[in-house]
Amino acid sequence: MVFLNYLISGIGLGSIYAIIALGYTMVYGIAKMLNFAHGDVIMVGAYVCFFAMSGLGGGSLPAFVPPLAGTLLAMVVCTVLGVVIERLAYKPLRQAGSLAVLITAIGVSYFLQNAAQLLWSSSPKMFTPVVSRDLQVPLPGGSSISVLTILTVAVCVIIMLFLTWFTGRTKMGKAMRACSENKAAAQLMGIDVNKTISMTFAIGSALAAIAGVLYLSAYPSLVPTTGSLPGIKAFTAAVFGGIGSIPGALLGGLLLGVIEIFAGAYISTQLSTAIVFGVLIVVLLVKPAGLLGKVVREKV
Amino acid sequence: MKMNRILSLALAGAMGMSLLAGCSSSGSGESSAPESTAPAESGAVEESTAPTGAAFKLGGTGPLTGDASIYGLAAYHGAQIAVDEINAEGGAIQFDLRYEDDVNVAETAVNAYNTLKEWGMQISLGSVTSTPGVSTSALNFEDRIFALTPSASSPSVIADKDNVFQMCFTDDNQGSASAQYIYDQGLGENIFIIWKNDDVYSTGIRDQFVAKADELGLTVAGEATFTTDTSTDFTVQLTQAQEAGADLIFLPIYYTPASMILTQADQMGYAPEFFGVDGMDGILTVEGFDTSLAEGVMLLTPFNADATDEATVSFVTKYQKEYGETPNQFAADAYDCVYAYKQALEAAGCTPDMSAEEICDALIEVFPTITFNGLTGDGEGITWDSTGAVSKSPKGMIIQDGAYVGMD
Amino acid sequence: MKRLGQMKRSTRTSLFTYALVIAAFVIVQLVRTFKEGGVGSVLEGQLIPICAYIVMALSLNLVVGVSGELSLGHAGFMSIGAFAGSAVALGLQSSLGSAPLRLAVAMVAGAAVAALLGFLIGIPVLRLNGDYLAIVTLAFGEIIKSIVTNIYLGVDEDGLQFSFLSNTNQLGEGGVELIRGPMGVMHSQRISSFVAGFVLVLVALVVIFNLVNSRTGRAIMAARDNRIAAESVGISVTKYKMIAFVVSAALAGAAGTLYGCSQTTFVATKFDFNTSILILVFVVLGGLGNMWGSVIAATALTILPEALRQFSDYRMLVYAIVLILVMLATHDPTLRGFFDRLRGKAVRGLDTASIRRGGKTEKGGDAR
Repeated sequence: MVFLNYLISGIGLGSIYAIIALGYTMVYGIAKMLNFAHGDVIMVGAYVCFFAMSGLGGGSLPAFVPPLAGTLLAMVVCTVLGVVIERLAYKPLRQAGSLAVLITAIGVSYFLQNAAQLLWSSSPKMFTPVVSRDLQVPLPGGSSISVLTILTVAVCVIIMLFLTWFTGRTKMGKAMRACSENKAAAQLMGIDVNKTISMTFAIGSALAAIAGVLYLSAYPSLVPTTGSLPGIKAFTAAVFGGIGSIPGALLGGLLLGVIEIFAGAYISTQLSTAIVFGVLIVVLLVKPAGLLGKVVREKV
Repeated sequence: MKMNRILSLALAGAMGMSLLAGCSSSGSGESSAPESTAPAESGAVEESTAPTGAAFKLGGTGPLTGDASIYGLAAYHGAQIAVDEINAEGGAIQFDLRYEDDVNVAETAVNAYNTLKEWGMQISLGSVTSTPGVSTSALNFEDRIFALTPSASSPSVIADKDNVFQMCFTDDNQGSASAQYIYDQGLGENIFIIWKNDDVYSTGIRDQFVAKADELGLTVAGEATFTTDTSTDFTVQLTQAQEAGADLIFLPIYYTPASMILTQADQMGYAPEFFGVDGMDGILTVEGFDTSLAEGVMLLTPFNADATDEATVSFVTKYQKEYGETPNQFAADAYDCVYAYKQALEAAGCTPDMSAEEICDALIEVFPTITFNGLTGDGEGITWDSTGAVSKSPKGMIIQDGAYVGMD
Repeated sequence: MKRLGQMKRSTRTSLFTYALVIAAFVIVQLVRTFKEGGVGSVLEGQLIPICAYIVMALSLNLVVGVSGELSLGHAGFMSIGAFAGSAVALGLQSSLGSAPLRLAVAMVAGAAVAALLGFLIGIPVLRLNGDYLAIVTLAFGEIIKSIVTNIYLGVDEDGLQFSFLSNTNQLGEGGVELIRGPMGVMHSQRISSFVAGFVLVLVALVVIFNLVNSRTGRAIMAARDNRIAAESVGISVTKYKMIAFVVSAALAGAAGTLYGCSQTTFVATKFDFNTSILILVFVVLGGLGNMWGSVIAATALTILPEALRQFSDYRMLVYAIVLILVMLATHDPTLRGFFDRLRGKAVRGLDTASIRRGGKTEKGGDAR
């Protein structure tokens, strides 16, 4: 029973990592850059949703309206933010190589954190969950799983399926995959690389907003630095599952959450971070391209 | 002000260019430091009320940005209110307050301290947090600038330094006071501790608590830790406490993670007693926090924002008006620090034209002799011994109906 | 000037870098000695950290720029160096009176421990490529941080005492706590000096330039530019990458010791992912493989946050904007072309990077 409880909270935590990793892996797989500002876009989304919900809450509206409206507003704001960031800070560096963009991404991350602090102060805000945390579904054996966890996992799977469909079947999705393989060749085939990358950022940032809302619903303390830790964890999860692989991001995120909880539960809470990263190293040594990543043969 | 910004942007731009052109030596970077400190005097402190005539230059460092900024800003704002009050009164003692950002890192704190020293700081509010506090207090000692820190509670901050004093309890003191309190009141049979493994404050209290609990014969059923990297999910820690049959969980941590622990325990349907320390203060004022989760939480704190005495009410009202938030104990401690300085400077007969060292010598003599009444403490007055440690009684509080109620 | 023109480009670049560092040192020392108030207490306090960060940037540049592997965990080696070196310095405090000698011993110890760790980490890390390698270095950085946070080390008359996770050391009378778990290290004396920092920067430059301009260095760069081609001519890629990695770790360890011994206290969480990234920023901003660029970038970016204090609340916001603008400006094609032309006219090729990615700008610079 205790084991089951740990497993459930591991999946709960892991699904949050997974949902962030999905957005991360989109941008990472296609724009080939470590977008360190992704976590901070999550934070912005959460703040937008928080203020929308407290603005709309308490009125005569049906209970489901404020969370839904808040989430939609957060998605819109984040999409715009993501595209603007890409346009101003990343696009001019497209020719300069991935490391240069990495540094501007860090600059953007600092900028968003400090702007958030100036705008919304550094005092924590308790996020109202989109679904009450008290709603629990009892499981056989006496434990229970919260509706929120089920919702998160469901959203995660839906997003994964959507992204798989989108990149596999739609024209824009195919263009994205082409860009991720070879930008120059894609351009020669008549694909507008800039537009495609902007689109990737738009989708990635909208996903970040959803991730932000769900993340804060489960772990409600909202501060300007809220996004930096899940950002790194999501990066880890994305690599764990295989960079650019959409099911890999889901799997990586879930495993990361479960390992983190189990390491704390059965080995040592002091060393759980070390154990998580230890497992990651071992996995990468056995499968050097992540769990579901494709091994790209070097051409001579 | 605007000119300064343009100048500095140009300066920064020039720095960037120098990287590109590579024609300048690193000298261009070096020259920027003294240049920038001149406008800083008018820049950083302009918001404070201009002191009439000569004023004591009072400086402090604290995390004003980053993830610990909530503590630094609270202290800064608390001190600012006290300084504004004193300056508005227009007495003989006037202050010119300046706070510098240390991002809760010792190295940056040294830089912040040096900035203040260059500014001409005469008396110091030390640092807000412990790790930077250890670094800056060593410099305070070397430079003979007197320091009274509002909240850097590690014993290492004042150890072997005759001119560094604390307004807060030391961590050791809190750990043993908590154990003693739990023992005296018979609050828990089986105690479980959840503490923050990479935090000096939390570790300090926990170590002393365990030692004291051992001495008193309290049962510590187990303990679990978390770090900054793992401060989101507490299921493991709470489940372990539940498994260990704990009826009281001791939380020597700050209120942000504490609020998460309370939320998650509630979600698990686990309801032991919770006992916190002064870092827990502030939990009721977190925006959006469901205070019913904190129902029955006990804590030892020197300050109660809900107290009805005149001084507290006036301070809380001003703070809310000025900063839109309810002050926590960091703000109250910093506020008290400024007033304690005022009292001590009056008692020592110091004037703003004295050097930092003269003031320091005078204050070392005076501080152990005064009894100070402030927002913190239990009304019997606050005193210091010559080591710099404060003596004030912590208030045992219990949260009932979303407010603190005295436990005795 | 003519003789300068006949020198190999790599030699000119090294000479320029040495001259830059020595000139900066001499100027700072002159100001400190003769001007009243010296360089100002802010800069005075930053001198040693600046030296430490320069060495960190140089050593990371060896891995990222010369060897071509992205490392996101370089602060881990700094951490190891800082803790190991500080433990040695504290342990010898009563037996070894001379502070410079003690610092030197500590630095050697810090470098040795970091090099050993670099070797052990290098075995798995260097089997990977690209982003996967980057994340494994990040992972090791985090592992080092959480392990060091839980180490308790003390010394008394009976020798060293070590415990892990919780402090079970029973130190006798006169015992010294060297590493105190989450409380980090406490120094009662700060033995690092600016001169020591300068010497370390010079040592790092000598080591790196000699490595880069040697047969080994060319093998490392060959492996970077084209792994398969390098292997086909019989270069053991892993071996050469390992040499770069271990040398880099050793230098970072020494820099860590310098840094640790300049602070009254420091904790393991100081050397986190953000510090690794900060050092990477120095390297990228200064230019990959460009050593003098790293020196200037590390200096400028360490001073910058302090120089921005006048912005009070907006300080870090302005820092972020400056960082973005500098990155955009240095990679703007128009500006770049302009400065390249300017440079071409002034001192031809004096300040071109000796080792630039792709090596296409080199014309026989490395050919012997």
